[in-house]
Amino acid sequence: MTTMVGPRELPELEANRELVVPPSVERTLGNGLTVIVIERRSVPLVEVRLRVPFGRARLDPPFVARAALLSQTVFSGTASMSTVDIAAALQSVGGALFATADADRLLISGNGLASGLGRILEVLSDVLQGATYPAEEVATERARLLDRLQVAQSQPAHLVRVALLRRMYGEHPYAVQTPAMRDVSGLDRTDLAEMHAARLRPQGAALVLVGDIDAEAALDRAESVLGSWQGQAAAEEVPPVPPLSVGPIVLVDRPTSVQSSVRLALPAVGRTHPDHAALQLANLVFGGYFSSRWVGNIREDKGYTYSPHSVVEHSLAGSSVILSADVATAVTAAALLETWYELGRIATTAPAEDEVQQARQYALGSLLLGMSTQAGLAGLASTYVGYGLRLDFLAEHAARLASATRDEVAAAAATYLAPAKAATVILGDAGLIEPSVAALSTVERQPTTENSGA
Amino acid sequence: MGPATAVLERFTLPNGLRVVLAPDRSAPVVGVAVVYDVGMRSEPKGRTGFAHLFEHLMFQGSENLEKLAHFRHVQGSGGTLNGSTHLDYTDYYEMLPSNALERALFLEADRMRGPRLTEENLRNQVDVVKEEIRINVLNRPYGGFPWLKLPPILFDTFANAHDGYGSFEDLESATVSDAEEFFARYYAASNAVLSVAGDFEVDRAAKLVERHFGDVAARPAPTRPDFAEPDLPGERRHSYADRLAPLPAFAAAWRVPDPISEFAAYLPYVVLAEVLTDGDASRLVRRLVLTDRSVTSVGGYVSLMGDAFDVRDPTALLLQAHLPPGGVVDQVLTAMTEECDRVAQDGLEDGELARTVARMSTHLLRDTDTVLNRALQHAVHEQQRGRPTLPHELPGLLAEVTEDQVRAAAATLAPSRRAVVEVVPGGGGA
Repeated sequence: MTTMVGPRELPELEANRELVVPPSVERTLGNGLTVIVIERRSVPLVEVRLRVPFGRARLDPPFVARAALLSQTVFSGTASMSTVDIAAALQSVGGALFATADADRLLISGNGLASGLGRILEVLSDVLQGATYPAEEVATERARLLDRLQVAQSQPAHLVRVALLRRMYGEHPYAVQTPAMRDVSGLDRTDLAEMHAARLRPQGAALVLVGDIDAEAALDRAESVLGSWQGQAAAEEVPPVPPLSVGPIVLVDRPTSVQSSVRLALPAVGRTHPDHAALQLANLVFGGYFSSRWVGNIREDKGYTYSPHSVVEHSLAGSSVILSADVATAVTAAALLETWYELGRIATTAPAEDEVQQARQYALGSLLLGMSTQAGLAGLASTYVGYGLRLDFLAEHAARLASATRDEVAAAAATYLAPAKAATVILGDAGLIEPSVAALSTVERQPTTENSGA
Repeated sequence: MGPATAVLERFTLPNGLRVVLAPDRSAPVVGVAVVYDVGMRSEPKGRTGFAHLFEHLMFQGSENLEKLAHFRHVQGSGGTLNGSTHLDYTDYYEMLPSNALERALFLEADRMRGPRLTEENLRNQVDVVKEEIRINVLNRPYGGFPWLKLPPILFDTFANAHDGYGSFEDLESATVSDAEEFFARYYAASNAVLSVAGDFEVDRAAKLVERHFGDVAARPAPTRPDFAEPDLPGERRHSYADRLAPLPAFAAAWRVPDPISEFAAYLPYVVLAEVLTDGDASRLVRRLVLTDRSVTSVGGYVSLMGDAFDVRDPTALLLQAHLPPGGVVDQVLTAMTEECDRVAQDGLEDGELARTVARMSTHLLRDTDTVLNRALQHAVHEQQRGRPTLPHELPGLLAEVTEDQVRAAAATLAPSRRAVVEVVPGGGGA
């Protein structure tokens, strides 16, 4: 199959492209809502993200259930519009909006034709100021949410996440992030209306608009439509997350599972911490992208798994490195051993200069790719504003990535990626995997449970 | 109009490689895609899953690159990469900062000249693919539903009906010589399209393409078989037990006109699927979710993998639903038929067609906002239709679909023409 030319040289890269952060305009309205608009005229659309703080001070599983059902019903009706009217009004300008809640925020996301921005904002405003949570629709969505939660009980990715969060966070509010069925089943429209009144408020919320729109005109439009949204949120500060406690490997039994879902959590730092760029590079070298040591080992050398990955996850109250690999049952302990080996290797011996350089180039390139679309810009801007940052932080972060030294990367690996600091959860067929996993470390066996516990 | 609608440059190299270039200087990124005209339908009997397994082997090293080098060179340039196997094609792609364009072209050309097909890499990737099938199909509820479960009911020929992920038995028995033959037969330059979109200057990109792909040896492209099958002679039903599934579910499918040769007749079905299922204002969500409460979710689309504009004949319109505990599939099927009949007989409400098409336009435009998707779409449409500009024309073409056409399409969704596959929860039943 080869040609006669002989070995060919890999072409050199041209000079790195400059990271240009697109300009944004911003206005804080009288009601406390921050509006940020970024022009990107690639396609005649607009992306919409409204982020509302939804954190809580204490572990509160019923709050999680209410927030989940509220996100499913906030578009279910206003005084003048039904569910169908709302959906049709948005659809007529090529639009749609949906809400999701996590441990820190409620996010309303959507998009539509740029020419329909005004209509989209009007519908959004009507819902924010007048969602009625009609009893019929609430009953329908409650039943649907219960059905989805029942399906989640047979999804390994969900079950292992629930166990990992409980293992990581103990009594911290982040320990429970999906609703328990019994907390959902008792909810009615009053619970949702009360939560809306208390929490879905403009103070501290941020609206991001990105697209083929005139920035100043969009700001004016947002102000005229959403300026009447009023109310002070019952803000709750999420306490800092507790330090990860090292303990036995939690083995969650899922009989007849044909794979083991292996998860490890390690400590990390937030985006603005001086170690963050070096940690990001260390994590990439370890397992944060395909060309990493961990993927090369347990997938491309040993064939234990399809999609191992390691991610630095950020929440408002703390950050973690999360390792995920779903491995064949028979090689569960072997995969864990190789994971420890790769963590131990990077935590104790400095990565090579070319490994750091490759990770650096990848991280910098990812910033360019992430900013090249309307949806990418909207997601970044909305996430950043939730952390008190603006898009121009990207330039600062890029500078830190560019200047992080090999020694700094090695130090970050030693601090954050040491296997001795890991909290480990494995979901699988315990009867088959416990003997070999127990050969590596102490094991604490658990049944699968819904996340609110007993 | 924005850069996503820029004029395309097309040419063919002497070895038969077709090339589509779509410059857009608005962001410093490029998308590079190579699409080969072979997919799951072309796998030989006894080699189910081979097209996908072979896709994995295309990442295992090539003429000038050892194993893992391809990933390292793309990611080490700041890019992302992947490949995917479809019914009618297999794509390989990168999205990178535009200073890495030449490198991406080099990497794609190198594996077009010849991947390193070794026993060790083959065995390793068989293991990896088995874990892929376990995580996506065997270890989760509703795995492979409906894209792997409907074809055996909807079609009769091996090409259309078989499991494209593959049986473990077939995957394990695959050999290096199978892979060499598959490459020789299907991976000719003349059976491929190279597409580049994004931040480059056309003349220079054309020179780079010529430099790196010009000496890829010419081989004849295989003749693509006709995979056509006659419509079903009557309704077909099948149910299977899913030990992990807690709720009943089903998918129903009806054959539709040829997406290529009968494109004008095909488009109304794509619109109909959205009229029936896109959002809370759609017909089936209103009826089944909000009114009857007989389903917990309902969806619909054309083509088994949901890629309505990337598929050839034969294909189908699918409607699928998950039911609450104890839900009765036949009642839902009856309600679906009533709703299709209502569209066919009474037509659409004021504004219903326009708003459905407006939302479809948003989806189509949004897809073209990434240079990578643009490159992929141009490549597939060049390959299947000789019409790489189609993604940019689709919003206009959908706007020309008439209510009468949608009504006529709805009239064809009769019980007697459908194939239905049911998921029986919890390991009971059939």
